[in-house]
Amino acid sequence: MKLLFSIQGGDFTHAGHPSSEVKKVLKQLDIDGKTIKNIVIALYEAEVNVVAHAWKGTVSVEIDENKITIWVEDEGPGIADIDLAMQAGYSTASTKVRAMGFGAGMGLPNMKKNADELLIESEVDKGTKVKMVNYF
Amino acid sequence: MKLKEIAAVLNATTSCGADKLEEEVEMGYSSDLMSDVLTLDTDNLILITGLVNLQAIRTAEMADIRAIVFVRNKRATEQMIELALENGMCILESPYSLFKSSGLLFQAGLKPIY
Repeated sequence: MKLLFSIQGGDFTHAGHPSSEVKKVLKQLDIDGKTIKNIVIALYEAEVNVVAHAWKGTVSVEIDENKITIWVEDEGPGIADIDLAMQAGYSTASTKVRAMGFGAGMGLPNMKKNADELLIESEVDKGTKVKMVNYF
Repeated sequence: MKLKEIAAVLNATTSCGADKLEEEVEMGYSSDLMSDVLTLDTDNLILITGLVNLQAIRTAEMADIRAIVFVRNKRATEQMIELALENGMCILESPYSLFKSSGLLFQAGLKPIY
C-alpha cells in the first residue's frame, strides 16, 4: 500500500495530518499499538521539522507485509552538520516554532529512538531527505 | 484517579469527552514543551499543559494520550475540540496555574512518570 501527502512550510495547522492518516491505516491493519506509536511519533517529528524549517515537502509511505518505509523529503535550507543536529538539545528553531511547543532540539534524536532504521541526507540550501523504516 | 476526580480537584470544566469522566488515569505529566511529551514511553496518563494550540492535541494523538487539562484559564478552540472529539479525548480546563494543578494532583495520588 502506498500513501502520499504534501506539507507546506510554516503551516502548523495541518502538521500532523499525514501522521494521523498513517495511524488510522496501521490500526486498521491491526498492527501492535506500541509499534504504531513509534512509527507515528517518528513521522510526526519529521513533519514538524519540515513545517518548522523548510519551504515545502512530501511524505511518501509504503506499507508492506512486515514493514513500513517512510520518506520525508523537503525543499529547504538543509542541515549543514547532521551529526550536530542529531545531538539532543541542538536547535536552530525560530521563536515562533518554540512558541508552538517545539524546537527544543529533541526531534532528530527522537526519530532515531522511534524508527528501527533512520537515514538522513541533506544539502544546504536545497533540502533534506529522511528515510525511516519500522518492522512489524 | 478517575478523570471526574481530577476535574473536581482542579475545579475544571469539561469542554469535550464528558462520557470519558469515569475512565481512570494512573499518571500525570506537566509540560508546555510538546517535544518532551513526544519522548514519553508511557501512555496511560493525563497531560497537564498551558500550551493551547492544535499541536497539543496532535501530540496527544500521536502519543496515545487520551486526556488533557489546559491550565491558567486557557480555552481550547473549536478546531482543537473537533480534533479531540475525533480522537476520543477528554479535555478539561482549569483556572489554576500549572504549578498548582500539578501539586494538587500529586497530593491527590496521581503518579509522576519520573
